Amino acid sequence: MSQTRKSLLTDPLVDNNPIALQVLGICSALAVTSSLKVAFVMALAVIVVTGFSSFFISLLRNYIPTSIRIIVQMTIIASLVIVVDQLLKAYAYEISKTLSVFVGLIITNCIVMGRAEAFAMKNTPIDSFIDGIGNGLGYGLLLMCVGVVRELFGAGSLFGIVILNPVGDGGWYVPNGLLLLPPSAFFIIGFLIWGLRVWKKSQVEDPEFKIQTVEDH
Amino acid sequence: MPSEKKDNIFSRFKKLSIDSIPKTILVAITLCLFCSMLVSLAAVKLKSIQLANQIRDKQKNVLQVAGLYSDGINVEKTFASFEPRIVDIESGLFTDKFNPITFNDLKAASDPLLSVSLKDDPASIGRRSNYVTVYLLKNNDGTIDKLILPIHGYGLWSTLYGFVALEEDTNKIFGLQFYQHAETPGLGAEVDNPKWKAQWKGKKLRNKDGDLMIQVSKTPGPSEYHIDAIAGATLTSNGVNNLVRFWIGEAGFKKFLTNFKNGTT
Repeated sequence: MSQTRKSLLTDPLVDNNPIALQVLGICSALAVTSSLKVAFVMALAVIVVTGFSSFFISLLRNYIPTSIRIIVQMTIIASLVIVVDQLLKAYAYEISKTLSVFVGLIITNCIVMGRAEAFAMKNTPIDSFIDGIGNGLGYGLLLMCVGVVRELFGAGSLFGIVILNPVGDGGWYVPNGLLLLPPSAFFIIGFLIWGLRVWKKSQVEDPEFKIQTVEDH
Repeated sequence: MPSEKKDNIFSRFKKLSIDSIPKTILVAITLCLFCSMLVSLAAVKLKSIQLANQIRDKQKNVLQVAGLYSDGINVEKTFASFEPRIVDIESGLFTDKFNPITFNDLKAASDPLLSVSLKDDPASIGRRSNYVTVYLLKNNDGTIDKLILPIHGYGLWSTLYGFVALEEDTNKIFGLQFYQHAETPGLGAEVDNPKWKAQWKGKKLRNKDGDLMIQVSKTPGPSEYHIDAIAGATLTSNGVNNLVRFWIGEAGFKKFLTNFKNGTT
């Protein structure tokens, strides 16, 4: 059992990453990765919300009528998100100011909903909790990777600490402004998925269509 | 959930499947009640801390715009040297109608009794409060060192809230700073860039004839009054230009500034 629980936690990091393999949660990955600090807090918030929402939904899974299950899941997720948002406003005010809109959008993050529907509705609370944390970690890991590239080459710093001294402050590095704009995350996530699938061949999907060779006449 | 077996209705209810309509409604109501209580509890319990954060953040921004802020200073203690006063914009005079400590500028701006709806509205704020809080920083001998005015207006995505600090003759800008906005990071959000903000220092608002001259624009202008717009953020820059000119202008603080300069407030 401990082996499977461990795999529940570690599988979503690389082998079954919610962003890279399932391509879920892309919208928030675009929005919050222009600075690492924000991406880090966002990742923490998603880990907490995915873990606990999966836990509570799994706890209630035998009492949730199928006809309203999606709404029930949404209600639980939304309540947790609001609580997290309130906590951030109280204890991490500076960060909540930049993050506040996106924290609200965790509700619509497909990963949270996806884990609730696909895993928590069928498994025990503890397993669901671990699965939620694992998927949150997988999301966070990718967010951090994208964040490192965007902040380092877009602003010349990491976690706000200057690494490449930008020209604007009298240094030598010309920041790549494109990387600060949301679309750049598309490219970076694309390259990451490419790299990952070169490394882990099993993630490559079978082609949906095959061009047939026409017989010679 | 009801558990008594002796009652007929309850025992029948218990036997219903989870997907039956009565049980579905019961689950929905219970869940809603529980979740709403949880959310309200969090909101109520944390409110005082959040308000304290907001006030401290505002104070910090007043200090920053006045050039008194550095990391690790005691914000409240330093802020005590400022004197908050409420200004009546219509008359351009100080008023003692409200307590400046508890007065809420934002609330006043949406209160129909305390604000006016704007017809000519370059800053896109809809309503302008008649009463706003300004902050005075006095020298030891009682003369005014700096005057800090709140300003706000619409940029590209959001309303920008900030302060402008004026020096003694109230025609020279000491600094400008926004404490709340949601402009594009890397472009519009460069209004927070210290290098851009530094441009404001020493600029004049009006010329000798009293014409409003300060301008944020891409095209170069007389260096005394000209602020370079932010590259790649035309709409945010226009917004800042409009809101500064609005608040300093006729519909804004002009009367008050004139009175203040003449010592007739």
